[in-house]
Amino acid sequence: MTQRSDDTHDRTAKDTMRFDRRTVLAGSAATLASAAFGGGVIAQPVVSFDAEGRPVRVPGGLGTPRTRRDGPLKVRGAARFAAEHSFPGMVYGALAYSTIPKGSIRTLDTTAAEAVSGVLLVMTHANAPAMEPPEPFYSSPTGMAGSSIPVMQSADVHWNGQPIALVLADTQENAEHAAGLISAEYDAAPAVTSFDTAAANTELGFHAGRDLRVILGDAEAALAEAAVSVDVEFNTPQHNHNQIEPHAVTVAWQDGMLRMHDCTQGVDLSAITIAKVFGISPANVHLTAEHVGGGFGGKTLWQYHILAAAASQLAERPVRMTLSREGVYRVCGGRAPTRQRVALGADRDGRLRSLIHTGTTMKIANNAMTESFMEASEHMYRADAMHLEVRSGILDMLGNTFMRAPGSATGTFALETALDELAERLEIDPVDLRIRNEPETNPTTGIAFSQRALVDAYRDGARRFGWQTRSGRRLGRSEGEWLVGTGMAAAYYPYKRFPGGAARITLHGEGKALVEVAAADMGMGTSTATAMVAADLLGLPYEGIEVRHGDNTLPGALIAAASQQTAAIGASLRAARIVLVAELAALVPINSPLHGLPANALTMADGALVALDDPNRRTDLADVLARSERGVVSAEAEAPPPTEWTTDWSMHSTGAVFCEVRVNAITGELRVSRITAVYDCGRILNEKLAASQFRGGIIMSLGMAMMENTYLDERNGRIMNPSLAAYYMPAHLDVPEIDVAWTGVPDPQAPTGARGVGEIGMNGPAAAVANAIYDATGKRIRDLPITLDKLL
Amino acid sequence: MRPFIYEKATSETDAIVRRSGSNAQFLGAGTNLIDLMRERVEAPDALVDVTGLSRQIEETPDGGILIGAAASNTALAENAIVRQRYSALARALLAGASVQIRNMATVGGNILQRTRCTYFYDVEGSRCNKRNPGSGCDALDGLNRAHGILGVSQSCIATHPSDMCVALAAFDARIHLVGDTGRRIVPLTEFHRLPGDTPEIETNLEPGELITAVDLPALPPGARSMYRKVRDRASYAFALVSVAGVLQIVEGRIVEARIALGGVAPKPWRIKEAEAGLIGAAPGEAVFSEAADIILSGAITRTGNAFKPELARRTIVAVLQNLSGETR
Repeated sequence: MTQRSDDTHDRTAKDTMRFDRRTVLAGSAATLASAAFGGGVIAQPVVSFDAEGRPVRVPGGLGTPRTRRDGPLKVRGAARFAAEHSFPGMVYGALAYSTIPKGSIRTLDTTAAEAVSGVLLVMTHANAPAMEPPEPFYSSPTGMAGSSIPVMQSADVHWNGQPIALVLADTQENAEHAAGLISAEYDAAPAVTSFDTAAANTELGFHAGRDLRVILGDAEAALAEAAVSVDVEFNTPQHNHNQIEPHAVTVAWQDGMLRMHDCTQGVDLSAITIAKVFGISPANVHLTAEHVGGGFGGKTLWQYHILAAAASQLAERPVRMTLSREGVYRVCGGRAPTRQRVALGADRDGRLRSLIHTGTTMKIANNAMTESFMEASEHMYRADAMHLEVRSGILDMLGNTFMRAPGSATGTFALETALDELAERLEIDPVDLRIRNEPETNPTTGIAFSQRALVDAYRDGARRFGWQTRSGRRLGRSEGEWLVGTGMAAAYYPYKRFPGGAARITLHGEGKALVEVAAADMGMGTSTATAMVAADLLGLPYEGIEVRHGDNTLPGALIAAASQQTAAIGASLRAARIVLVAELAALVPINSPLHGLPANALTMADGALVALDDPNRRTDLADVLARSERGVVSAEAEAPPPTEWTTDWSMHSTGAVFCEVRVNAITGELRVSRITAVYDCGRILNEKLAASQFRGGIIMSLGMAMMENTYLDERNGRIMNPSLAAYYMPAHLDVPEIDVAWTGVPDPQAPTGARGVGEIGMNGPAAAVANAIYDATGKRIRDLPITLDKLL
Repeated sequence: MRPFIYEKATSETDAIVRRSGSNAQFLGAGTNLIDLMRERVEAPDALVDVTGLSRQIEETPDGGILIGAAASNTALAENAIVRQRYSALARALLAGASVQIRNMATVGGNILQRTRCTYFYDVEGSRCNKRNPGSGCDALDGLNRAHGILGVSQSCIATHPSDMCVALAAFDARIHLVGDTGRRIVPLTEFHRLPGDTPEIETNLEPGELITAVDLPALPPGARSMYRKVRDRASYAFALVSVAGVLQIVEGRIVEARIALGGVAPKPWRIKEAEAGLIGAAPGEAVFSEAADIILSGAITRTGNAFKPELARRTIVAVLQNLSGETR
């Protein structure tokens, strides 16, 4: 096995790949992928493959199913979350919320609240400090806020549930009691709070820097001419976030610094965004979020952060603000509803002639957060003609935001259900139909896939599940009262790596390193994965790697979003390692066999600095470090620009999901009894954590399929189930054993060979459930959630 | 939550004395009342904890069972007599809430729990005649999937959320009360009131009256009971429809039939006329369907709950078929 320094290896990889980038077969078997890419260009310094092209796991190395490092801390209650930090003299905040969707506050009576014992301050628009509106996502490279609505700067009301007052008191109980005594009268303004009304007046969706429209050929004409077609409409409801940790922040203004213990998914971006609100330098914000109790896209910067900091400034006291569960529903947005049309036209042999995926979603005027449900349709199947388009209507509601697999979760439900309908009409097995339409290159851009073994995932999944092939006939059966059926769907999620990643590696003593990255760990195991990648890159034992993260003073501006953080960390660590090896090369003792070798001829392995061309030429790190000033060598670097996916390659994760459902013939009750999912996400860095991410996503998708639904009263835009008792998510009894597997073929273009695993689980199961319901009952349900009344 | 005084009653008399004359309420485990206080639906000055009073579950001389009001839902569900003779009650209890809540929740509190109508809970933002008499009902034309179809009125369509009470109704349970004026016993089916135009009055309790116990008479020998709950997820959800059934069949003829419904009305719902129609009949889908139709004949549906009559009809028939040994 060859070993190369990372830069050499990159160059070689790129040269090799450029040579045959258009010839790489999409959906090729893992063995073919392995042969095409070869072991030597894989992003790992040391890797070998088994007969099926999967990397052979080095004991203790990447892939090892390691338990989360933060597990013991959390089990002991020793991990401190945002609301568990405190400052001397700290007081507690509680919010009062508007009850109209739009208009202005005519009177706000705070007398009773101010009279409550222990109350220090009631802040309203009358006395809140002047603040700039927060920068929302996509409004600037650092915008981290849910919307640009000014925070308590006027009597204006923008949504039903907007904070209208904040109470500070000596206890949380007193603050909440007082907040409940605040009464408001409003001058209501006309508001748009119903989907249908807003859908009558839409604009072309714009998201993440582009218009949400792709047109290839004349899709309508191709649909009309197609031998077989389906043309159907889907509806998906609004969803709210329900992280186990309700949003919270503990803030203090100390010595000219704004100090925040937060629960954010991006410490730097949160710090920068709030700094701009208060007109201070981001250098004067110290924001930490070492432990975050679930993120899913919702742990960003919301009004409560800004209000807590403002009240802290006004009262000159540190403040802890913990949202109640209702508060999370009133202040922190979730997934927007969609109405989608999917029309598919095909030849008799199943070849797609037309793929139309259009429709409408909702957003607010003050964000650029369009639920981009067309995304899977852009990248999953080849079709001669396509029309993909997302239009957005504007609602007067709480700002919608990212929620696990934004866009693709709702989009794959529609696309993958429509494909099942098409397969039935074609009398072709749904797995086979998908394989027949597997693209060779990206179907909308023509760019080559970096790695794609979806066909393997289909076949492996079908085998593991025991999929019975079908051709237009339902195979459902009945068992007593229960109708049993099976269904499948494909899963899709893009690879991304955001710019801004950086890392610092500090070697101190034999076998120990400190790795510092401004990353967020919302419980998914980032610190564990980071330590594993670092151990692998540095040739040090995993146990010797200490990871610091969740602090905006650390290197980089990372965000745990879009399943990209691990890739961003990997790229940053690789960049830092290059600098580190250069530092070490300069310290090589004269008597070392490495003396005189340039840095790019060296690597790190087994606790030593090693010559790339001869592993026997080596010097222990301890001997190199001994020559440094304080026995410590530190290196920091930024990750290179993420051109691997922005310009060079089409990089996407895929998967195949199979499930069995049981529908009660009497009551319509739905149970999912079996799930198998096989993912093609590149290399799996930690089998245990990855499986956990896949399963978590699948469970969330089951919730989407069966029960999740924000009850928005369309008369006044008020969320009527802001509680875990009334907003249903799967309970244990709703979740069967979930069998997950992966192709494990490393992506040669991803920094660690791995694409993300955090969100793809969310995509696919909802459609697989709907398709299985059809198999069981003959009923096509295209509106989520699939509650029992739809199956009576 | 508004600050309040907490007191623990040492006896029934002590409880009644402590509660009298103030805006106090009796406190069971608080699994509903404390939530309501947090949501500011309820704002008592004082809570008189009655969980230290009778927790006994004992067989009565006539072969029935007497259940202390402070007995926990878990204790009742695990009681051997209940499991053997009143299995629908054990099933109903186990179908409710979560293990943690059942371990705390008391029988008295379960009977007195209040509706889960989300408009009722939304003190700040919604109108509710039950919470604020005369203010209007936002559920009527709002989100009413969970709401009632029987016994409802133009002022309120909320349902009573209890599973336990549905089974108790089928077992002809009686509620033992004590108050200033002495003791009395009220059939469970006459304990809760229909909303009419006073939905804020939910029971026939006199001011200050305390539930001390519930008793169930002996079931006719050979009678079978069953509870079936239909809901939006497999656990930890309130019933969309639930049915407690009791059936006794002698020589191929129904001699005893009881059908109680949950999730569809402001109280556990029993229609004696439907039950009477089954007496003497041979069990079968047709007669069961007829009984269901009688029960549901007065159903009034709204946009969100239009599916409930059909769901209830199917569930009633399925429960009776199951009890008569005639399964699908």
